[in-house]
Amino acid sequence: MEIPLDQILIQTINGVVTGMILALVASGLTLIFGIMDVVNFAHGELFMLGAYVGVLTLSATGNFWVALLVASLAITLLGALIYLTTLRPLIGRDPLTTILATFGVSLVLQNYALWQFGPVARKIQEPITGHFQLFYLDYPWYRLAIAGLAAAIIGALWLFLKFGTYGIWIRATTQDRVMAQAMGIPVPWVLTTVFAIGSGMAAASGVLFGPLVGVNSQMGTSWVLRAFIVVVVGGMGSLSGSIAAAIFVSLLEAYASLWVSPAQAVIVSFVVLILTLLFRPTGLFVPTPK
Amino acid sequence: MTERHLFVYWTGFTIILVLLAAAPLALPEFWQRFMTEILIWGLLAMSSDILIGYTGMVSFGHSAFFGLGMYGAAAALVTTRPPSLWLAFAYGLILAAAVAAFVAYFSTRLRDIYFAITTLIFSQIFYVIIFTSTSLTGGENGINFRRPALAIPGLFSIRFTPAVMHWFVLGVVVLSYLLLRRITQSPFGMVLQSIRENEARTRAVGYAVERYKIAAVMLSGLFAGLAGVLYAIQNQFAAPDFVFFLVSGEVVIYNVIGGIGTLVGPVVGAAFFLLLREAFSRFFTEYYLIPLGVIFIAMVIFMPRGLLGFARRWLNR
Repeated sequence: MEIPLDQILIQTINGVVTGMILALVASGLTLIFGIMDVVNFAHGELFMLGAYVGVLTLSATGNFWVALLVASLAITLLGALIYLTTLRPLIGRDPLTTILATFGVSLVLQNYALWQFGPVARKIQEPITGHFQLFYLDYPWYRLAIAGLAAAIIGALWLFLKFGTYGIWIRATTQDRVMAQAMGIPVPWVLTTVFAIGSGMAAASGVLFGPLVGVNSQMGTSWVLRAFIVVVVGGMGSLSGSIAAAIFVSLLEAYASLWVSPAQAVIVSFVVLILTLLFRPTGLFVPTPK
Repeated sequence: MTERHLFVYWTGFTIILVLLAAAPLALPEFWQRFMTEILIWGLLAMSSDILIGYTGMVSFGHSAFFGLGMYGAAAALVTTRPPSLWLAFAYGLILAAAVAAFVAYFSTRLRDIYFAITTLIFSQIFYVIIFTSTSLTGGENGINFRRPALAIPGLFSIRFTPAVMHWFVLGVVVLSYLLLRRITQSPFGMVLQSIRENEARTRAVGYAVERYKIAAVMLSGLFAGLAGVLYAIQNQFAAPDFVFFLVSGEVVIYNVIGGIGTLVGPVVGAAFFLLLREAFSRFFTEYYLIPLGVIFIAMVIFMPRGLLGFARRWLNR
């Protein structure tokens, strides 16, 4: 079957846009995963709740950017709360118990959202409504804006990790938790902060992504799976690896959906994950460990 | 293995068996079906205990084996006339075993969290395949079929009433329990437990750890498939929802609540979970997972050994 070039280009742009949002979700997850050995199953629910807080703030204030900010801050606090109540008691136990605990958290949050907001999807009005001509499509500027914003947030995170005091503490804790503690870094608070930042980033991506599909209580589930795939494919705890993997996986899915339905295209990313785990379990986009 | 322990164990076993067998005579139909469901979910949880409790590998993909057993049974019951119970078992078990062999081959090369994630992803692959192959599996709607009769050709044939169904399921579950218990106490089971305790040392002693792990996943998947067949016969449908990974998550919850490494613990966990769900759904309607989730989190934190954890050594003697 011949695929016209313009369709391939459109899918490339689509893939990069979804990839940037996925990178935003996954970079929060990879921080949490890489630093704390916590497999955060509830990450998708934080994404979803962020989108809902965005919906509420938007209808109260009418300003998308205020909604983005409020949602991120609110979910950052929620993340800190979740960490302090359910994950801190599990420090030092088998990492698998964190899967169980966060799975419980995700069940609670998902059903809470269903209870509070009902099964009908809510719509977030996009702040930028213009379109531009892309071959035969009217392509919304907003999609490109999301990709840019996601990149900006990830860039800010990178700067924070590189130069911020807390960022340096976070990196030190990743390398050696015990040594960091010995140097006087308040490791418990660093861990709480990491979880909170990761949650806030999930919420921000939820609000950004909301205008594209509508917000419902199930939306987190598919995202958390894809974010896991990205984190593992990109290499545990590697921020740049996650970003590369997010774009790689999204592009593959976008191209695959030229041939099969989008529902089947996700299998491509599953297969990528399994192949990665079998042949290069340290991740595709990190240097080979010595 | 003292005389006294044997006596107490088998007396307790017989009492519980008699109580479970007598239950349909005393209970109304709704609760008969409810008990049967508990037994089926219990069997599924028991099968995953082979991995979680005995081999130390947490599978988040048991919904795949369960669901494939279900669809295998559905295939047999839809295509053959008159529907044959034994063919349903054969199809379901073969399908589940084939899938288990496939998943086992790849996933056992990984450990800990990576094993859990891989099994989860595999179950999602099967979910997507089943969900999107609408012409073959009915897609989202699933498949409905008629329940076969409990029959041996030429000998007898009984229609499945709820009570007969309960006794049949009870028989299968009890036999599976005895078989699995025997397996966990066999030399093979001992190797699995030594993998759980110290994989490197087991390998150093000279056991082919990978082969044992593959066998464990296949054994576990086979019994999960058996539970799937029973569930299909009990409810007369197969649906993609049962292949979704949330089912696997619930199975892990049953294990943790009941106590891993006990075989009966997961059944108790399933009963506890389903009873609580029934009770909560009276007050919280469909939002019962909110209080249940909170209870589960609390149990993970404060009671990691589960309800029967205290009896773990005793039950495995």
